[in-house]
Amino acid sequence: MKEKVKKDHSNTYLNPYFGGVMLGIILILTFYITGRGLGASGAAKSTVVTTIQSVAPDYAKKSPYVSQFISDDDHPMNNWLVFEVIGVFAGAFLSGILYGRLKPKVEHSPKITTRKRLLVALIGGTLFGFGSQVARGCTSGAALSGMAVISFGGIITMMGIFGSAYLFSWIFKRNWI
Amino acid sequence: MGPLIPNNIIPADWNNAIALLIGMLFGFVLEASGFSSSRKIMGTFFGYDFVVLRVFFTAAITSMVGILYLDYFGWLDFGQLYIHPTYLMSAIIGGVIMGAGFALGGYCPGTSYCAIAIGKLDALVYSIGLFLGIYLFTFIYPWIENMFNWGFMGYVTAPEILGINANLFVFFVVIIALGMFFAATIVQRKVKKVEY
Repeated sequence: MKEKVKKDHSNTYLNPYFGGVMLGIILILTFYITGRGLGASGAAKSTVVTTIQSVAPDYAKKSPYVSQFISDDDHPMNNWLVFEVIGVFAGAFLSGILYGRLKPKVEHSPKITTRKRLLVALIGGTLFGFGSQVARGCTSGAALSGMAVISFGGIITMMGIFGSAYLFSWIFKRNWI
Repeated sequence: MGPLIPNNIIPADWNNAIALLIGMLFGFVLEASGFSSSRKIMGTFFGYDFVVLRVFFTAAITSMVGILYLDYFGWLDFGQLYIHPTYLMSAIIGGVIMGAGFALGGYCPGTSYCAIAIGKLDALVYSIGLFLGIYLFTFIYPWIENMFNWGFMGYVTAPEILGINANLFVFFVVIIALGMFFAATIVQRKVKKVEY
């Protein structure tokens, strides 16, 4: 008889095509119910706008970018994407529990130190945050949701992201492999 | 007929509850597909794990085809959907900047949230960067406003720009995606495995 060992599922993932179809169905459902797509960077923008507004309300009103997202009768955090992203955290957490992947760690290539990984992650996040505002959306809001409704701009941004990421990942190869 | 909330079939009060629920499904599928690991995500660019390419483009073609069918059957009015607007210059420049951030950080915003949820500290630092980047943008915005709005073409779809039938366009996208999946399988077989 085989020995009974507690199985480790932390390296088990969905079949990528199954995951893709599921994601596609979620996207269809989102458009069917709300008429809009999914998003991720929008919630970070709402947080930044709220922070600026509460720390420096006069500045927020004068700033030509921030002021676009402030109105007197609605709070910037009372926004579809903010609730969606809270859901994303909860959903990913549940999946992490299910597969036994909950574990604090810094993931990086053995060729670089933890400190370097964190520094590079900070720079990467800053660039991505900046770029998401330039393009009016990130991989979720512009590229994926854009593609779902065959948006021309969404497809252009998708090509920009993947093309440039391919180029830069080889330039910064040491960080990964 | 959909979309349900804009047509008042589901009252707008349900908006946030639905957002939370859809977000949970979104986060669950992303994490379960492996998008909470930056080294797994980066595999697409080095050829040792094409999970991002497979999941992303399967989702893209599923949703494109699905939405066209729902419209065809009269269950969803495509004309009422929010089409991501095309500002040519900022779509390209923003995409290229995000690509650089992707190659350095190993995440995009959505996947970084999933990685934080399972305890990845590099993702937490990455998301601090996200806030910094957005904050920086609000300062620089007045100087780049012209670039930001340059090349506005409206809320248009690619087939409208190219002057071809939307169904035909999506058919070609599906063919291209299937070709990429096939190529990915061949490349992955030849590339040396990376342990992560």
